[in-house]
Amino acid sequence: MSTAVSEIDEVKTTPWAGGHSPFNVEYGKIMMWFFLLSDAFTFSSLLISYGALRFSSTTWPAADKIFQSVPFVVDKGYPLVFVGIMTFILIMSSVTMVLAVEAGHRMAKKEVAKWMVWTIIGGLAFLSCQAAEWTHLHGEGFWWGHIPNTETLKEFFENGALTVGSAPYSQQFANLFFTITGFHGFHVFSGVIINIVILINVLKGTYAKRGSYLMVEKVGLYWHFVDLVWVFVFTFFYLV
Amino acid sequence: MSAETAHTSHAEGEVHEETMTKSKIWNVFFILLAITTVEFIIALYLVPQHIWGITYHAANPVYIVLTLAKAFFIVAYFMHLKFEKISLIYIIIVPILFIIGLILVLTNESHHWLDVWTPHIG
Repeated sequence: MSTAVSEIDEVKTTPWAGGHSPFNVEYGKIMMWFFLLSDAFTFSSLLISYGALRFSSTTWPAADKIFQSVPFVVDKGYPLVFVGIMTFILIMSSVTMVLAVEAGHRMAKKEVAKWMVWTIIGGLAFLSCQAAEWTHLHGEGFWWGHIPNTETLKEFFENGALTVGSAPYSQQFANLFFTITGFHGFHVFSGVIINIVILINVLKGTYAKRGSYLMVEKVGLYWHFVDLVWVFVFTFFYLV
Repeated sequence: MSAETAHTSHAEGEVHEETMTKSKIWNVFFILLAITTVEFIIALYLVPQHIWGITYHAANPVYIVLTLAKAFFIVAYFMHLKFEKISLIYIIIVPILFIIGLILVLTNESHHWLDVWTPHIG
């Protein structure tokens, strides 16, 4: 057997030479990435539609006038405080999720479980806050297809006065707000359910037996994506 | 040739030349927190008090840049994309760029709607 190998017969080891994934990630993880990509398109469509409707409006309810209550604490006068708390909760739960992934790399089962529990608590806290905020807005008169009466509506505009467009644009605001935050909230809810399923598997020792906590990483990707979407929803509904 | 060693891994034992440590995770958290705090300062203090002449309209591009910065930190570090193979980074980031097309088309379109509905303003 000749040891001399011509250049063309040499086994190539470059990323695209075949025999392994050029992306160097496991199948399920790359599929999670593709799902998130499609989900990113869905959320962009919703947010860009919102942008288009708002750009084409002559007036729009002012965010710091609509969102100025902290449910169960104070009804008025604290603009954006409550959404600040919600944003903090979601970023925190993202951090606990990465900490779970990090513990998974070290195969530390107890730590993974601990951080997963914190992530689930964070998700539930966020959902409770959102429920409180929806209830508050519903109480003011906003809902799909509903806006507050003229007297209340005045309070939500910059100069405290209504113009021709105020009612129809408030209507658009209400529909878009509940649809987009609702769709995001549904993602958070799904994330909490998936996190609970993964936590049960962690506790049962499924991943310890499998020798890898890759499933925690995959659900982590989803959870960070939900956080990512909130960053955009927060900017375009509450700040802009 | 150093690339050879990195490609011998598969599914279970991914080789990460670099990865997230606990201290890095907290660093990213504090960056995100700081950016959000800056956004709140602009929205609740600078704009209402007209500090440095910042108006409502001038603040919007700032919010968008800060939001994209936050998105970068979440995707790059929390979602670990920065440490993946360059080909994976491209297949995720390049399609996202198509969204810019939709933004351009619909902002243009919405200005047109505004002109149609309110000729006295347009």
